[in-house]
Amino acid sequence: MVPMTPNTPRGDVVSSPNLAIRFRSAVSLLGRFPALAGVDLDVARGEVLLVRGPNGAGKTTLLRACAGLVGISSGEADVLGHDLRADRRAVRRRVGLLGHAAFLYDDLTVADNLRFAARASGSSKAAADAASARLGLDGRLRHLTAAKLSAGQRRRVALAAVLARQPELWLLDEPHAGLDAAGRDLLDELVREAVAAGATVLLASHELERAAALATRSVVIAGGRIRDGLLGAAPPPATPTTPATPDPGKEPAHVA
Amino acid sequence: MWRDAALVAGKDLRVEARSRVGVNQVVPFALLVLVLFAFALDSDREVLAKVGPGLFWVAVLFAALLGIQRSFVIEADDDARDALRLSGLDGAGIFLGKAGAVAVQLVVLEVVLAVGVVVLYDIHLRSPVLLLLTCVAATVGLAAAGTVYGIIAAGLRVRDTLLPLLVLPVLAPVLLAAARACDAALAGAPSDGWPWVRLLAVFATVYVTFGVVAFGALLEES
Repeated sequence: MVPMTPNTPRGDVVSSPNLAIRFRSAVSLLGRFPALAGVDLDVARGEVLLVRGPNGAGKTTLLRACAGLVGISSGEADVLGHDLRADRRAVRRRVGLLGHAAFLYDDLTVADNLRFAARASGSSKAAADAASARLGLDGRLRHLTAAKLSAGQRRRVALAAVLARQPELWLLDEPHAGLDAAGRDLLDELVREAVAAGATVLLASHELERAAALATRSVVIAGGRIRDGLLGAAPPPATPTTPATPDPGKEPAHVA
Repeated sequence: MWRDAALVAGKDLRVEARSRVGVNQVVPFALLVLVLFAFALDSDREVLAKVGPGLFWVAVLFAALLGIQRSFVIEADDDARDALRLSGLDGAGIFLGKAGAVAVQLVVLEVVLAVGVVVLYDIHLRSPVLLLLTCVAATVGLAAAGTVYGIIAAGLRVRDTLLPLLVLPVLAPVLLAAARACDAALAGAPSDGWPWVRLLAVFATVYVTFGVVAFGALLEES
């Protein structure tokens, strides 16, 4: 099963260049609602961390906070060495977020969407084309407008946009949702390749079996707080991980 | 900043070219406004020639509202605005790109409407330089102010109804100045028009400057 790191007292782990993510009592408010209500979390570079939890627990907000898309109201939050409270824009070009939405312009073709996304993030047109080919978005599909794509195809385009950015930190929110079997296998393969190349992955998913096979460690978030695996980043694997076997029996009853 | 502006403007113009919303909806809407005003006021060509400049800019203003709304609707669909923020593009570049794309669409619209005004209202041009500068300054002002207020309204659920309420009072000086300057240009009295062109230039400068400085922060809060 995916190792659950034991809880350790707050502050045991200090900021380190080996940490991709370091949160201490991080609070993020959506209006007046604390979507993150004091998160303590360390994620080592090269780690694949699975974030589990029920709907509304704060998984998506945690990922969006790591991407610099939602603010941190109090506490400490460092991502890839950038203090999110001081400058959350600095981290954005270094992360890739696969969220619930595909971030596509419906009237642009697949090729145009990917090229714009790549060039806007400082990547090249060639990187966009390579990512497109890797995700099987070549041929006729490249010239279709995004409005004509199926949900699974939109997901592939979104994944290709992440791949084209070549991010140091992959933030994957329900990444398998909407993909067919081949697409899911390809996603897993891309994540393993990215980790082998030194990237860090934060993965929120309800598809525990698949996600656990990718992850090197997991934590549970509920009520905007990390409940298990509080601190203590696990060392990154030297090689791509051997898929761990999930243990559904250990899953908290409230997790969907 | 200029590279980012060109990238965003190119993307917005490509979206408009593919969707053809401007050609199929905005331009016909503006022409309809011209025709309906002509019906409503008087079929007497002398009256129409007198009010022509004002009607022209009212039609441009209404059509500009549609264009500005459209500019931000495409960012709201599928959360593309988040992708813009994630891209790390310079806020000033995004502003100049979006305002530039709106301005290009307005120029096309103005050319079509100008033909409509000449045909429908029997208007003759006497001072082309004044008219050209009026159109340039007013278009830049409309696009810049519209883009600033567009991003302010973009994050709100009531954005579609709020935007006209925010923008129309702000753009009233543009309407007034552009109509007066055009009036002077058409009447062959350019000296009467230059003060209005200067007002348009000041308005455009203020909103372009404000947008360049503030758009990044406004995008963050939207």
